[in-house]
Amino acid sequence: MDTILSVKNLNKVYADGFQALKNINLEIRKGEIFALLGPNGAGKTTLISAICGLVNPTDGQILVNGHDINENFRQTRTLIGLVPQELCVETFEPVWDTVNFSRGLFGLAPNREYVEDILKKLTLWDKRKSRILTLSGGMKRRVMIAKALSHEPQLLFLDEPTAGVDVELRKDMWNQVKELKNMGVTIILTTHYIDEAEQMADRIGVINKGEIIVTENKKDLMHQFGRKKLTLDLNVVIKVVPKQLDQWDLNLNEEGSQMSYSYDASVEDNGISQLLADLASAGISYKDIQTKQSSLEEIFIQLVNQS
Amino acid sequence: MNFYAVRSIYYFEMARTWRTIAQSIASPVISTTLYFVVFGSAIGSRISEIDGISYGSFIVPGLIMLSILTESISNASFGIYFPKFTGTIYEILSAPVSYVEILLGYVGAAATKSIIVGLLILTTASFFVPLEIKHPGLMILFLVLTAVTFSLFGFIIGVWADGFEKLQIIPMLIITPLTFLGGSFYSIKMLPEFWQKVSLFNPVVYLISGFRFSFYEKSDVNLSVSLCMIFIFLSTCIILARWMLKSGYRLKS
Repeated sequence: MDTILSVKNLNKVYADGFQALKNINLEIRKGEIFALLGPNGAGKTTLISAICGLVNPTDGQILVNGHDINENFRQTRTLIGLVPQELCVETFEPVWDTVNFSRGLFGLAPNREYVEDILKKLTLWDKRKSRILTLSGGMKRRVMIAKALSHEPQLLFLDEPTAGVDVELRKDMWNQVKELKNMGVTIILTTHYIDEAEQMADRIGVINKGEIIVTENKKDLMHQFGRKKLTLDLNVVIKVVPKQLDQWDLNLNEEGSQMSYSYDASVEDNGISQLLADLASAGISYKDIQTKQSSLEEIFIQLVNQS
Repeated sequence: MNFYAVRSIYYFEMARTWRTIAQSIASPVISTTLYFVVFGSAIGSRISEIDGISYGSFIVPGLIMLSILTESISNASFGIYFPKFTGTIYEILSAPVSYVEILLGYVGAAATKSIIVGLLILTTASFFVPLEIKHPGLMILFLVLTAVTFSLFGFIIGVWADGFEKLQIIPMLIITPLTFLGGSFYSIKMLPEFWQKVSLFNPVVYLISGFRFSFYEKSDVNLSVSLCMIFIFLSTCIILARWMLKSGYRLKS
């Protein structure tokens, strides 16, 4: 698959000596949804800002569609749309004007139908004449998305797009993002809601303390780092796990009614059949069995804690 | 050249002017009328003529310059400072626009506004005093050059300022005194010789003198010196603004 964004050996050291980005290398493929995860202060926004021209990198190179962002800033910036994390909007402007302003700023001729279509899709059409200061937080967030989409970007950065947005609107936005992907737009999103990444992303990157710890296909990541948990509902309540089952490191719940076994999902021989045989020989019977894959959130926490 | 971007920034800034019409246009016109009442009537009754021109007519070019200078600086500095303050500057910084286009948009709009104000003041003045403009072309040239130069200067202040207080401080502490001492209301020839020499260090003297020449063919300093001075100031401002936008000084981290 073609690469749309390539970040090479990127470093950013602020004037106070703080190194926000440490030798970042990242390749983003055309048409994918890439979720960049990381705790607060990890460097997510700095990385996006460096790519979009809001932060001067200390060294390294950024290529968009094969063009250097400094040498060919017109070509590269025309391709990029940015929805920043903060709600930055022209308070006194009407929605229609501010969205058209963005389109013009990126060098595109006015196109009423296109802008109308965006506003309708983002359910902003009824508010097109309203001044932005009269809109709710969620609506302002949509205005920012409309501004970014107004100039038909090929690469869209969504920095915490659903922060402070209600559940319904979040789902709406997820659908919007999926629709954009179907239109061929490459999307890089940062989010605190890991279920968001789990729902939408094709690939996941985890950044911590300015370093990219891992970039992986979501499925591979969950397979590689994910653990599974097998839970047994016991027929008879027991007080302790029998000694002969010690090797399985089983967890018994407080009531003594459930026993669980955690195992590596990526290993061929996970030991389940042997465990079940051992349980039978220990005289422990059960009425139900469940298995659960660990969530991306659990994987994320594990990765960040390890780094 | 990203023509649509220049047009977008320009229209956006002009829309702000129409939105704040009272503040942008009416207030300078009212304050100039008050200057006429106070300076024209109260002082004019004691100073009948300067260089053979009635005092009321004499102060018109100075009053226009006074407004052009303050309006250009305040419009342009606010124009770029406000997006910095609200954070919307991200869009300008991430857009495919060069420093030239940013300056054309912001400085062009600020200069347009102050030229409108200047022409309104000229019209207002014509109701109070008889006016003649001997060199209309030169008058427009001075008007445009001054508006552009000081809008650029305002833009620089807007980028430099990191608080509303700083936005006001240079116009208040430097520009207003320089304008008042630059011969808006008097000819520097009326000053003692020592202060005449000191006045030559004031760049505003050259602007007002040249501008007044276009009206009455009377000036405190030579016309070509006036034009040279304004071009020097204009070039300095362009170089500084270019450096700020290229390096991202106080715009990027």
